[in-house]
Amino acid sequence: MQENNQITENKETPKESLHAWLLSSTPGSRRQARWGRAYIAWLNFTENRLAVIGLAIIGSLLLLSVLAPVLAPYAPNVPDLTQRLEPMSSRHWFGTDELGRDILSRIIYGSRLTLYVVVLVAIIAAPVGLLVGTVSGYLGGVVDGVLMRITDIFLAFPKLILALAFVSALGPGIENAIFAIAITSWPPYARIARAETITVRNEDFIAAARLQGAGPIRLISGHVVPLCMSSLVIRVTLDMAGIILTAAGLGFLGLGAQPPLPEWGAMISSGRKFLLDQWWVATMPGIAIFIVSLGFNLLGDGLRDVLDPKTEGK
Amino acid sequence: MAFAGHLNSRQGARFVRKMVALIFSVAATFLGLLLITFLIGRVVPIDPVLATVGDRASAEVYERARIELGLHLPLYQQFWIYITQVFHGDLGHSVLTANPVTTDILRVFPATLELATVATFLGVLLGVPLGVIAAVYKGRWPDQVLRLVGLFGYSVPVFWLGLVGLLLFYGKLGWAPGPGRLDVFYDGLIDPVTGVLLIDAAMAGEWQIFENAFAHLILPATILGYFSLAYISRMTRSFMLEQLSQEYIVTARVKGLSSWRVIWVHALGNVWVPLVTVIALSYGNLLEGSVLTETVFAWPGLGFYLTRSLLSADMNAVLGGTLVVGSVFIGINLLSDALYQFLDPRARRR
Repeated sequence: MQENNQITENKETPKESLHAWLLSSTPGSRRQARWGRAYIAWLNFTENRLAVIGLAIIGSLLLLSVLAPVLAPYAPNVPDLTQRLEPMSSRHWFGTDELGRDILSRIIYGSRLTLYVVVLVAIIAAPVGLLVGTVSGYLGGVVDGVLMRITDIFLAFPKLILALAFVSALGPGIENAIFAIAITSWPPYARIARAETITVRNEDFIAAARLQGAGPIRLISGHVVPLCMSSLVIRVTLDMAGIILTAAGLGFLGLGAQPPLPEWGAMISSGRKFLLDQWWVATMPGIAIFIVSLGFNLLGDGLRDVLDPKTEGK
Repeated sequence: MAFAGHLNSRQGARFVRKMVALIFSVAATFLGLLLITFLIGRVVPIDPVLATVGDRASAEVYERARIELGLHLPLYQQFWIYITQVFHGDLGHSVLTANPVTTDILRVFPATLELATVATFLGVLLGVPLGVIAAVYKGRWPDQVLRLVGLFGYSVPVFWLGLVGLLLFYGKLGWAPGPGRLDVFYDGLIDPVTGVLLIDAAMAGEWQIFENAFAHLILPATILGYFSLAYISRMTRSFMLEQLSQEYIVTARVKGLSSWRVIWVHALGNVWVPLVTVIALSYGNLLEGSVLTETVFAWPGLGFYLTRSLLSADMNAVLGGTLVVGSVFIGINLLSDALYQFLDPRARRR
């Protein structure tokens, strides 16, 4: 209550006037309206404390990976056999591994690999799902039947097993792991995009655009796809935790990133041998995986609350 | 009378049509599964001929082996041969164990089944009541706690949790026995009848072995069960919330029924039907989760077999295992669909 009074009283300061400009119920321009909508969404988002924590975690992950050379106290891949399996100390906060490499530094550099996997899988899988789903939903008929049958087949597979089979065929390695995870991740996106497409397909604005001469490609890319985006973004964000866990699982089995890459799953796998005596080697990277996937889960939940039109009224 | 008969025959026709559609869709899915494993087997960079004859074989031997393996035929014929073999239960030979893959899988599968079943049992036993409580106390602390339990379950890597469990309960506290299914001392003392150690030991009356097997089972099953608990409780909560907002609940309360009866009998009774699907799905997911858990606990099941074969590039075994897990998955989905039809009279009528 008090804050509101303050805002109305001190309208002169630039910050408050920006706030008022953004929340104006009679926006003077398209730009103002658009920014205003984004600002309201942001306000809604920040009300959800857990979602803000999620955003902070993902933000730190980004910072960590960009600033890795500055932040990491040691080089990630240079062995120092005089420092093998050192426990946690002020010199090595998280201890060292079996080759004397600083675990903290390896975790910091490993954030790059995690981001690399997550971003690439999203970039490959989301557009594929979007394309399959919108085309299938828009065209309907035989195309829809065939595409959805293929989607169902992929959905009927347990994801990790399918990824395992693909990696075993393609050979281990981080790129192949990414490809395998992407191949198993697109079907839910196709389902979502199809459902959204079917609900908007017969709307008047689509008919209007068609009457103005828009072809199917333009209709799908210009009118249908933007409407699918918000549900897709939510789903991709929520899936990112799963992607990280799958990638780490593949790394743990020795099928993902290969040594000496500081991939978190592979680090846990190598620490397994010393689990009972040097527990930190396997434990620390696991905490990193947990925190990052928790961040994506929290962020995804928050985004769902803000972006999902179905819950907007509440 | 005639009217009723008419209705029944119409219902019958609808049932038949539904069944045909179902069978068709399952067959198509299974065929897709076969196609995927077949194609994966064909794109492997490992030359299957070289793998059989060795790299010192002469060109003639190589060619003969190639023809013997049917690799000179066009792809669609090879696929046909593959399908025929699979339907005869022939998944090829494992390079690693030199046994037919089918024999290997039959040997290891009960271990996975045992683990996944006990884990699902734990997940249902704890997850359903927790979900109900969270729905009843929506927004208050029991709900918040369950939300945290769920978030943790969705964010933590299962293999890491397994390792931490081993470290704590085996390494530090000494409460749990180490990895494996039995202590070495008891290994091979009872005949595998069903392959499920608990049942075999109980049937043989070897209670010491039963106890030992149970002790080995409890940690991996709890860890796997935790993931199924996270999923089942979350779904139970949302189903319960849906029921609790219905008018019949208000009616029951107004009639003066105890809130215990309203919640656990009236509302929960209607939740079981959709819950069956969820439990079936989580059972399928556990089969997948068992790949990593079994590797951590050296549990000699299908997942362990699969990863060991993967590391030694034993393609027949890998593809056979993939096919079996995929088929079980399809089977579970089919079963849960059928159960749904059976349990919910509304689904039957529609």
